Amino acid sequence: MKTLALQRFDVAIRRATPFMLTLFVVLLKFVPLPVPDYGLIAPDFVLMAVFYWTVHRADLMRPAVVFVVGLLDDILSGVPLGLSALTLLLVHWTIVSQHRAFRSRSFAIIWCGFALIAVGVQVLVTVLALVIGGAPVQPIVFAAKLAITVGLYPALAWVMGCAQRAFLVEA
Amino acid sequence: MMRLAAPIRALAQRFTFLGLVAVSAGLMVLGKAEVPLIERLRMAVTDAFVPVMDALSRPAATVADIGERISRLIDVNAENARLREENARLLYWQAVARKLDADNQSLRNLLRFAPDPEKSFISARIVADAGGSFLRSVLINAGSANGVAKGQTAVSGDGLVGRVGEVGIRAARILLLTDLNSQVPVLLEDSRERAVLVGDNSDRPRLMFLPVTVKPQVGERVVTSGHGGVFPPGLPVGIVAAVGEGPPRVKPYVEFHRLDHVQIIDYGLNGMLPVGAPPPARRSGR
Repeated sequence: MKTLALQRFDVAIRRATPFMLTLFVVLLKFVPLPVPDYGLIAPDFVLMAVFYWTVHRADLMRPAVVFVVGLLDDILSGVPLGLSALTLLLVHWTIVSQHRAFRSRSFAIIWCGFALIAVGVQVLVTVLALVIGGAPVQPIVFAAKLAITVGLYPALAWVMGCAQRAFLVEA
Repeated sequence: MMRLAAPIRALAQRFTFLGLVAVSAGLMVLGKAEVPLIERLRMAVTDAFVPVMDALSRPAATVADIGERISRLIDVNAENARLREENARLLYWQAVARKLDADNQSLRNLLRFAPDPEKSFISARIVADAGGSFLRSVLINAGSANGVAKGQTAVSGDGLVGRVGEVGIRAARILLLTDLNSQVPVLLEDSRERAVLVGDNSDRPRLMFLPVTVKPQVGERVVTSGHGGVFPPGLPVGIVAAVGEGPPRVKPYVEFHRLDHVQIIDYGLNGMLPVGAPPPARRSGR
């Protein structure tokens, strides 16, 4: 009986890995670095994490989880509430509806998919920043943020992949 | 039973998704209306996460500190020569300041001058850089429990940083003077002309509402004017960096990416920020 409860707890913790790691990534995003304008060009780690887990374990990265992650990101970054939540939900929906395109493809194809989604997200955020915040985004900032986000995806995917192999072996 | 369950589950999932999308959109609309409950919720969650962000920011600060030390070591000789020269100049200014202080004191005594209210300050560490396309702000690890209140002024050793925008119990958000919503009444030090320094999320805020006839010089010092009661007068803000087409741009003295501590100063100014309930309407005399 006791072993059963422990096993259940173990499974629950393991299944929470994507959520916990994505939460950690949200906090990591805010670490102040001594780079000029870091806030503007900081890579979108949260998008990377949500993308990775939706592609590889959509059963553990449910819309509710995506919503909570997005809302926390909004709260801590001070942007209008619901903005990241909405963007990430749309990303989630896009990946789930196109899951055949991502299923068991090579990493290069998944990376291309991520680049496409990152462009879409960046355009959406830029338009929303202009409409809601009245803040124009300079093209150079747009390009730099996109390049850094897409360029760093393999690194984050590698870390997440290690965690996936370590904690979610049965999949 | 099982046959029914699968479509129902699919339907429920679709509704969950649509519901969450609707909630997100609703929150964006509510947030625009600046509902106090949402601000409280925001700061309560920020409060809860600030200790974690504090812990995460420390290793990064240490690495940055080591990098800074190494770069300082490389040009230590040139820096030393520059500092000696500066020290000689400052000693002269110290003598001038002492003499002026003595003069000032005796003149104030003569005039029975009412002194400025006592100011108090709190030093806090920056734990999160919450910038982005929407705003330029930082989170600090001090809040209402430490005496931080909305509208107080944030400065560093170099000059004005910004003002306190939101306050939680253990955390507060500082809106930097480069933020889109930042408007600081300033004074050009040489010409004594007033203007408003308006942020636009870039690192060079603009000087607005300057009389057309006034042509600021590149390198001219810009300080707070104290008008509007948000900031005290005379705080160093920056220097005029670019004049030409469009409004002049100012380079702030503070290098925001190098900032790791700020001082929150309470000058006893409430300024234009709404504090608590609006004042009661004036009653007709009876």
